[in-house]
This record gives sequence, C-alpha cells and structure tokens, in this order.
Amino acid sequence: MIRYIGKRLLMMVPVLLGVIVIVFTIMYLTPGDPARMMLGAGAPASAVEELRETLGLNDSYFVQLLRYIKNVVFRFDLGQSYASNKPVINEILERFPKTILLATLSVTISVIVGISMGIISATKQYSIFDKIATSIALLGVSMPTFWAGLMAVIIFSVHLRWLPASGSYGWEYWILPSLTLGLSSSATIMRMTRSSLLEVIRQDYIRTARAKGQNERVVIIYHALKNAMIPVITVIGMRFGALLGGSVLIESVFAISGLGKFIIDSISMRDNPVVQGGVLLLALSFSICNLLVDILYGFLDPRIKSQYSISRKRGWRRNAQAQ
Amino acid sequence: MDNVIEIKDLSIQYATDEGIVKAVNHLNLQLARGETLGLVGETGAGKTTTALGIMGLIPDPPGVITGGEILFEGTDLLKLSKQRLRAIRGNKISMIFQDPMTSLNPVVTVGDQIAESIRIHEKLSRAEAALKAKDMLELVGIPGDRYGEYPHQFSGGMKQRVIIAIALSCNPEVILADEPTTALDVTIQAQVLDLISKLKKEKNTSMILITHDLGVVVEICDKVAIMYAGEIVEYGSLEQIYDQTAHPYTKGLFGSIPDIEAKTSRLKPIPGLMPDPSNLPEGCSFEPRCERSCQLCKEENPPLIEIGNGHFVKCHNYGKVGEGEDV
Repeated sequence: MIRYIGKRLLMMVPVLLGVIVIVFTIMYLTPGDPARMMLGAGAPASAVEELRETLGLNDSYFVQLLRYIKNVVFRFDLGQSYASNKPVINEILERFPKTILLATLSVTISVIVGISMGIISATKQYSIFDKIATSIALLGVSMPTFWAGLMAVIIFSVHLRWLPASGSYGWEYWILPSLTLGLSSSATIMRMTRSSLLEVIRQDYIRTARAKGQNERVVIIYHALKNAMIPVITVIGMRFGALLGGSVLIESVFAISGLGKFIIDSISMRDNPVVQGGVLLLALSFSICNLLVDILYGFLDPRIKSQYSISRKRGWRRNAQAQ
Repeated sequence: MDNVIEIKDLSIQYATDEGIVKAVNHLNLQLARGETLGLVGETGAGKTTTALGIMGLIPDPPGVITGGEILFEGTDLLKLSKQRLRAIRGNKISMIFQDPMTSLNPVVTVGDQIAESIRIHEKLSRAEAALKAKDMLELVGIPGDRYGEYPHQFSGGMKQRVIIAIALSCNPEVILADEPTTALDVTIQAQVLDLISKLKKEKNTSMILITHDLGVVVEICDKVAIMYAGEIVEYGSLEQIYDQTAHPYTKGLFGSIPDIEAKTSRLKPIPGLMPDPSNLPEGCSFEPRCERSCQLCKEENPPLIEIGNGHFVKCHNYGKVGEGEDV
C-alpha cells in the first residue's frame, strides 16, 4: 500500500511539470504586455522597456520557462506578483484557506444530503419520495450555480434579511454560498448513490444477508452501501477537486476573496506569476484529491487493495510456491 | 414422525410486463424432522421460488404469495410479523444458496459474515461470536486463521463451504439447500455433498435439497418430490420414486439419464418444453408433452392421489390400462 502511494506521488511530478509548461506557454502566447498593464496606458515607452528588462520578459521563451521551472523545483519559489510585488506563495496561501473552507463545507453538505436522499430513494424505489427526490435532483443538476446563488441572495438576504449577502467576515457569511454549492452538487451525488445502490440491492449477497435474518437497515447500511460507494466516492472526489478551483462563480457572487476569484482577476491583469502559481496549486490539490479517492477505494474494496499491494509478478511467484 | 415444515396449497406469482407468471401453484409438501427431501425439477419449475417463499424472501415486487400456508412447527410463517420472521430466518431455517461466487459480500471478511449471523440470533459478544465463527470454519474444513480473509481469496468450493458455515452457524432445524453443488466441479460436488450430509446427520437437521440432478438425490435423500410447472407431480420415498415410478414426467426424467450398462445408443429425452408459466394449460400442465395424454387431461387438472404408502402422484392415467408395464 505504501509503495503504491509512493509510486502515485512520483507520478504526480510529470503531471505538475506538464501543467507548468502548458500554463506558462498559454500565458506567454496571450496578447498583452504585463509591464504595460502594471504601469498604465500613459507610461512612457522607455519605462515600460526598463520594467520588461528587470522582469526578464525580454528573454526568449525557453530561457523564461527554464528559469521559472528552476525556481519552482529547486527553491519552491513561485516568483512575485506583478501587481502587489509580494511573493506569490504568500498571496495564494492567504486566499486558499477560504476556498478550502468553502469546498469542504459544500462537499460535506452535498455528501450528507446526497447520500441519505440516494439511500431513501433507492430503498423506496418508485415511491412518492423517490419521485420527488429524483425531480428535485434533476432540477439541481440543471440549475446553474451562479443563478441559484443570486436567487438565494434575493430571497434570503434581500427579502427575508436573514443572512448577509456578501463577504466573508464570520460564520453566517458561509451559510448561503456553501448551501448553494452543496445542494447543487448533492443532486449529482444523490443520483449516483441511487443508481449504484439499486444495482447492489439486487445482488445475491444482499439476499444472503437477509437470509441470515439481518434487519433491513443493517442490510442496507452495512452490506449494500459499502459496495455501492465506489462510483459515489469518485463523484465526490471530482466535485471536491472541481470546487477547489471552480467555485469562481460563487466566490464572485458572494464576494468571497478566495483563490478562484484571485486567479481570474490575475488573468485579466496579466499577473503571470500568480496565474501560474495558482494553477499549479490547483493541479496539485486536484492530484492529491484523486490519490485520496484511489486510496479510499482500497479501504472500501479489498479486491482493489490487493491489487495495490501485490505486484503481479510477486503474486505469481507466491502462487507457484504454494503449489 | 412430526412435520417440521408443512406447506399447504401454496401459490406464488410474479407480476411482469408480459403478464402474471404463476411460479408455484397450489403446492403441498411436508418435511418430517430429521428427514432429507429432494425437490427435483427442471429449471423454472418453481423450486427456488418455493424455498424463497419458506424463507419469506420472495422479491416483492414483483413476487406475491397469493395463497396458502407455510407451517413451521405449527405456526404459519406467512402470518408472522417481519420481526418475528427475521428471528426464525437464519436461526431456525436457513438457506444454502446456489451460486457461491455471488452469494458472499465481497467487501466483508468471510469470518465476519459468519459471525454476523451468529450475533443476530445469539447474545454473544463480538469476540465470542468470532471464536464461534472460527469453529464453524474449521467444521467445514477451512483453517480458522483464514477468518480475516475476503471472499476473493477463496476458491469456488471454499466459498460454498463458507456459505454452508453461515447456514449452519445457528444450528438450524431446517436447511434449504438450493442446488448447492451446481456451480462446482464434479470432484468438489462430492465433497460438498458429503459435508452437508455429515453435518446434517450430526445435528439431526431436516433438509430440503433442491436439485435437478437425480444422481445427487439418490445419494442423500429420504423422500423425493418431483416438481413440474409449479406443482408437485409425484411425491414419495426414494424407493417409491426410483423403483415404482408412476408419473410420466418422472419416467421421462429417468429416461434422460445415460445408463452406463444399457446398450441403447440414444437417450430418450422428453419432447417439447415446459409450458410458459404465464400461460399454463387449463388441464394437466404436463399434458402437451405427455405420451399418454387423453381428453380428460386436456380439460381437468388431475389431483394429487395417494397410490401407495405415502406415494402420491398427480395423473389421471395412473392405474389405467397400460400402466405399470413399462418403466
């Protein structure tokens, strides 16, 4: 298992290098001059040229790329923000916790709501509850989150005045954004749980469990749910990864100064080091999310775990010895 | 001998898109204490459905028990509350399933699956149940230290042993063995059958053995019931069924078995197929395939009549001219 994790961590290196190269190239090819953006449209050409020289923007593409990679790999240095002149890493770490908090809150909500609704829906298939739940889920999947966010603001902040509409100054500010994001992703999780569980409930081993005289609740929670979780965990992992980078719209609607919003702002300002650093961090967290999901598979299903821990060759040899 | 299980006039139907499938029709069956009853019939004859009916595990929907009684030690299982039925299921009556490959939960260790059934019915701590589960594993011939392994680490025959261990873990009064050897290869089949009959004798358990293999029946059964299209067509002791075969269907079954000493080069299969259970004939359900069919057979479903000491047959033509001269 540990060997497997180590191998997976090593495999992340080429992925991240690839991300660096791609993002760097895209930003390099994007029209617009960072120096001009920083100094403003009215600045004299000589000042712009001087700044380009100090930032190293006049060097060739490969020189700039290799310099960036060298700094990242050997000094963990993501450079300095063109806009604020502060180290990119500090700027990002200042905002990342908010994004993580938002993602964690919404994923927690969506897991609780999605899985429990999925279970009820699957065990009471075709009942009124199932029909209502599946239609709500359909609604949730098809509703854009930013629109749902705006509607929530209109209802709960503007009309009812229960909750603040924007900012991130206390716990009450997190309720609306995390509920909006959480409930909209719970729809996907609910549908996944329902279909996966419906398949598992028809398996022979569920009948075996019932034949032991086990009560129905335990049959579902202990025997069926664990078997049905693999696709659900996959969806949850993907949602979490996506939320880390993709809650931009919700962060904008609720004016939360998280990472997503920061990267978008930096793109429009041609603040290349921030964009590169931010995307790199997102890629890293996405990869870690995926790894965690794969490790969880192993805990859920011993068949997958045994694939992780024994390489095929060693397993062969052991079988040969046993014979 | 008192009857542990007595099924009276049991009917089970499945509602499907194509119509109502009558899987079991007015079935009567008794199982005496300590006895092994072979329930024999083709695929689709309603054998498994009958067993699931006794367990109260007919998938609902689409399955419905439309009538009859299933008496276990005098109490009607069909009238019990779900909770009381659960206390009997797995404890007093347990079932060995057909396919060992799919009948064990792949994500729970085999030991825990055995211990689970023990802990449901006996007030034991987790550790005590685990100890007992280990004993059960040893009893079916699996080393106890494989308690913590998962089903995928076992072969088919060993999985079937685990399923047997689960079924026997609470010393049931009745075992329903649903084709316990069908999915296994022949050498393992014999082992598993020996194991079942040995354990059965040790604990004086009654058993209904569902099979379509008449060779298996002759080895371990005391009584035999031949099932066709959801009905019992012949019922009697092993000797009565094998030596005084009365129903044309049973004769057809024996005719389909290759005989190592006979010089005939061809088997004599029963022509035709079992009738569509969603559209059963009005008269005798075997009439369309029967050599001795008559007008009465087309019009009226024959009753089960006793023709000898405990030997029942469901045929209009029994004892009429021509009967008994060929087997």
